[in-house]
Amino acid sequence: MTGLAPSRVEMQSRLEQALATRTPVAVATVVRGGQVGAKLLILPGETLGGLGDAPLDLAVQTDAPDLLARERSETRPYHVAGHPEPVEVFIETFPPPPTLLIFGAVHVAQPLSRFAKALGFDVIVSDARAKLATVERFPDADRVIQGWPDETLAEVEILPNTYVAILSHDPKFDEPALIGTLGTPAAYIGAIGSRNTNEDRRRRLAEAGMSPEQIARMRAPIGLDIGAATPEEMAISILGEIIALRRGRDGGSLTAATGRIRGAREEAVAAR
Amino acid sequence: MKDILPEVDAWRTAGSRVAIATVVKVEGSAPRPVGATMAVSSAGDLAGSVSGGCVETAVFEEAQEVLRTGQPKLIRYGITDEMAWDVGLACGGTIEVFVEPVTE
Repeated sequence: MTGLAPSRVEMQSRLEQALATRTPVAVATVVRGGQVGAKLLILPGETLGGLGDAPLDLAVQTDAPDLLARERSETRPYHVAGHPEPVEVFIETFPPPPTLLIFGAVHVAQPLSRFAKALGFDVIVSDARAKLATVERFPDADRVIQGWPDETLAEVEILPNTYVAILSHDPKFDEPALIGTLGTPAAYIGAIGSRNTNEDRRRRLAEAGMSPEQIARMRAPIGLDIGAATPEEMAISILGEIIALRRGRDGGSLTAATGRIRGAREEAVAAR
Repeated sequence: MKDILPEVDAWRTAGSRVAIATVVKVEGSAPRPVGATMAVSSAGDLAGSVSGGCVETAVFEEAQEVLRTGQPKLIRYGITDEMAWDVGLACGGTIEVFVEPVTE
């Protein structure tokens, strides 16, 4: 521990840089006991600042990755030499945001892109049709890719926090998008279409060699059953289904539900 | 915290001092989760929230004091006999809010 302590400005700029580059990062702050207000910025393989006690820094640095993986922030007590009461440290995590990958730059995709941005998703819109896949139509999207699904999938890495919405209503776009994503670790794959369309679609996916398990991953017709009729309502229905899936919920009405209102189902169980 | 960064940057650029309040602990049922933040400027601006509206006014006043003293502060809000009709949480939970100045 030599050299000058980094300034708050430096810590803030490193935090903002990590957020911009989608680097997992955590900020620990002493909130009770000890050196209240002291901060430690925890980056992969590196820390900045300090909480006023080197073993405390190390203990907090050790705890941060698990909280990041669970997308949780919390205040934890630590025993620190010279302090009779535990020192409480708030560990705030900034896991990289989820990505919503939309195939089909159609009307529904416009409110979907806008609402998903407001929910904190990185949004990518893909369509081979140059008239539809434009930045003007999708000013909120992080990326608009004019290309076929296989071209898009060659450019975009599908991660466990990637959510896929397939909206083009046209088998020549929808099916390559489904075939290209059902075998990936994507968290969610939803496809628009009527019940009849989806029966045909499931049969054709099987003929194309997709396994029953892969086909069963597809959420189709896409969205929650809220009677959505307009593009905006359909976007809400799709995002409702995605939020419910992220939290392990069914998406019913809270009036009929029991237990905790917010958060993941396992937290609800643990809290009882 | 990410959601209030644009406001914090704008207020600081305009020459205001800024305090940030963060929900650091929740017990029982509370309207906003751990990590919810609210920013307050010395010019009287307010962005974000730490509850559903129940304690924002009280936190605003605490933040002004933190800006005057420069000392961060941990405040606990919950339903107590004397607070039930004052700045208590309508939903019956307890929250702890850490208020700190944004410093150089």
